[in-house]
Amino acid sequence: MSVRTLTINNIPVAIEEGATILEAAKEAGVTIPTLCHLEGVSDVGACRLCLVEVENINKLLPACVTQVTEEMVVHTNTPKLQEYRRMAVELIFAEGNHVCAICVANGNCELQDAAIQVGMDHTRFPYRFPDRHVDVSHSQFGIDHNRCILCTRCIRVCNEIEGAHVWDVAQRGENCYIASGLSQPWGEVEACTSCGKCVDACPTGAIFRKGTTSAEKQRDRAKLEFVVNAREKQEWTR
Amino acid sequence: MDLTELLKIANAERNKQKSIRVHCCTSTGCQAANSLSVKNNLATAVKESGLSDRVEVVGVGCMGFCGRGPLVQIDPEDTLYEEVTPEDAPSIIDALNGGVVKPIQGDSQHPFFARQMRIVRQNTGKVDPESIEEYIAVGGYQSLYKAIYDLTPTEIVQEISKSGLRGRGGGGYPTGLKWATVAKMAGEQKYVICNGDEGDPGAFMDRSVLESDPHLVLEGMAIAGYAVGANHGYIYVRAEYPLAIQRLQKAIQQAKRYGILGSQIFESPFDFKIDIRIGAGAFVCGEETALIQSIEGKRGNPVPRPPYPAESGLWKWPTLINNVETLANIAAIIREGADWYSSIGTENSKGTKIFALTGKIRNNGLIEVPMGISLREIVEEMGGGVPEGEIKAVQTGGPSGGCIPASMLDIPVDYDSLSKIGSMMGSGGMVVMDRATSMVEVAQFYMEFCREESCGKCVPCRAGTVQLDALLTKIVNKKATMDDLTKLEALCQMVKDTSLCGLGITAPNPVLSTLRYFKEEYLELIQANNLDVSLTS
Repeated sequence: MSVRTLTINNIPVAIEEGATILEAAKEAGVTIPTLCHLEGVSDVGACRLCLVEVENINKLLPACVTQVTEEMVVHTNTPKLQEYRRMAVELIFAEGNHVCAICVANGNCELQDAAIQVGMDHTRFPYRFPDRHVDVSHSQFGIDHNRCILCTRCIRVCNEIEGAHVWDVAQRGENCYIASGLSQPWGEVEACTSCGKCVDACPTGAIFRKGTTSAEKQRDRAKLEFVVNAREKQEWTR
Repeated sequence: MDLTELLKIANAERNKQKSIRVHCCTSTGCQAANSLSVKNNLATAVKESGLSDRVEVVGVGCMGFCGRGPLVQIDPEDTLYEEVTPEDAPSIIDALNGGVVKPIQGDSQHPFFARQMRIVRQNTGKVDPESIEEYIAVGGYQSLYKAIYDLTPTEIVQEISKSGLRGRGGGGYPTGLKWATVAKMAGEQKYVICNGDEGDPGAFMDRSVLESDPHLVLEGMAIAGYAVGANHGYIYVRAEYPLAIQRLQKAIQQAKRYGILGSQIFESPFDFKIDIRIGAGAFVCGEETALIQSIEGKRGNPVPRPPYPAESGLWKWPTLINNVETLANIAAIIREGADWYSSIGTENSKGTKIFALTGKIRNNGLIEVPMGISLREIVEEMGGGVPEGEIKAVQTGGPSGGCIPASMLDIPVDYDSLSKIGSMMGSGGMVVMDRATSMVEVAQFYMEFCREESCGKCVPCRAGTVQLDALLTKIVNKKATMDDLTKLEALCQMVKDTSLCGLGITAPNPVLSTLRYFKEEYLELIQANNLDVSLTS
């Protein structure tokens, strides 16, 4: 195994070849905001929050999918990046119907966290107020599309860890939504094993356990990591 | 099939052809103007006038002057008839016997034709696209033979590199470098993809090439396959081009029957098969990674690069992906040589480029011109200028490009000059606008297009284009303030810098270029709002 050395925000880091900038940043103790990234599943580079500047490269690179190279000089928090991240979070808030006060994930929401992290206290863009639906046809869970940010984590955990492929994206652009089965009500999708991994993966309150009310959503995020470790490294204890 | 047989077919076809050929365009545009009836009536007229021994009527591909279709051209005397109706047919045939024709004759020496330089379109409008023999008769597939028997794959790649050919799909990446990368990649399986998912509003160059000369593209693909070590190719065509699909299917069948495609091409160990994949109506599938996902049967979403398709493309194998027009240049480069090709054009942009001239312009249609020609020559001399009033701007590069103001018409048309002024070569759409056109509305139109065509994967493109469209609509409706303009500028920069694929990255270009050259139009509309506010308050 060969090792690459680089600097992130002037902090020197050594990390194995093939690692991503995001992993190297974690090693260096530098936090890079993310939303679509989830430990244990593949990365898609869709939320664009983790974009970083790399010296001598004239475009911004997503830290989650960019591999480190020798002597790379990375900056993760320049004024330009701060502004773009803030704007991206503003766009996400304006795009859906996010009402924290009545949301199951209030206080335990990664979108809220991201907003605080990037310093977004209001959005300068008008709210779109899209007409979205809630599907509570499943016996244990529900999905509220109003709170969905289309990070596709649910799709990836279901595909890659559970292997059930209940979820996928339907439509395109602003009309995209997470479809269950063949765009059926979730409760009618026979492929669903009711494992609840999508609930744990969801960064917001879009996918929730029935019976939880405002600010009650709990996630067992460690479970995902445990399952992946158990399969890959044969570590069966938690 | 060997070279002797190929030449024999060519000779037989040439001997079969009659001394006077009446070419009637059967491409989509002219078909829509009833050219098939014209062709039938011409054939009947030939039969009735007893000229069948020396005159034949041939359905050919696009002649370029699409705004005046249906077009009929007499070969070899080079008489051109425009806007021909089925009723005109007898008099056209009569003219061959010394009769007088109704005044529908066009000027085949018009700058629109005279200024052109045809490499890609050398056969279009002259050969029947549904006949492989006609293609062979004009020297078709001899480049493929030469590539397989006289050149090594490395020599072909070197030849393409030396020619200076750059990608015609919009990016302008050096074709030879792309080929060399794929050729050098290890991999027991490689693919060649022809990107025929042309989707820019007002652009129809690739459609015309596929419809008018499908074998030229197949030959280019096979040479590419031989050069990079691929034995399987895909042509990805959008479903909106049914005639192109039909003619490609026919062309592939014909080539297979002659042993020019399939196993052991020209009795060599080289195998190459070509399949067609049909798009389902997504503009984003013209983006190479999305196109590959689509061929794999997945949702056509772009994926981050690197890895580039040359490294890990279709089903993770090294994949060469080139645009239709790029591949249509290959046969000529192999035949005439890289030095010949690189003698055409400018220092960094070699060869010719096809443009679709549309919008407020007298002569609508397709032209192929050498790189470096000035925009003014194209628009004013070849295109004949705007029908009424003055030119205001020319939009190049479609939704990814920009608007060039009339004051800059003297710039040479090449990759670098266009990107320097905030536009781009793009795939070749050229929309001319006159003084009556509102540039803010133009920007809004393209933004609406991008909003509707965004796949929705990444945040800046999915949510950003929606807000940009809303801001532009607000400005157009005279409801905007200076604050909105500031927001518009900031968001344009953000969407450009942070989007995942080319669609989002270039979506703000029409706004940015109109802001650069026509900012006063934005300001006027915003001031109009302030006036309303002060009047009502």
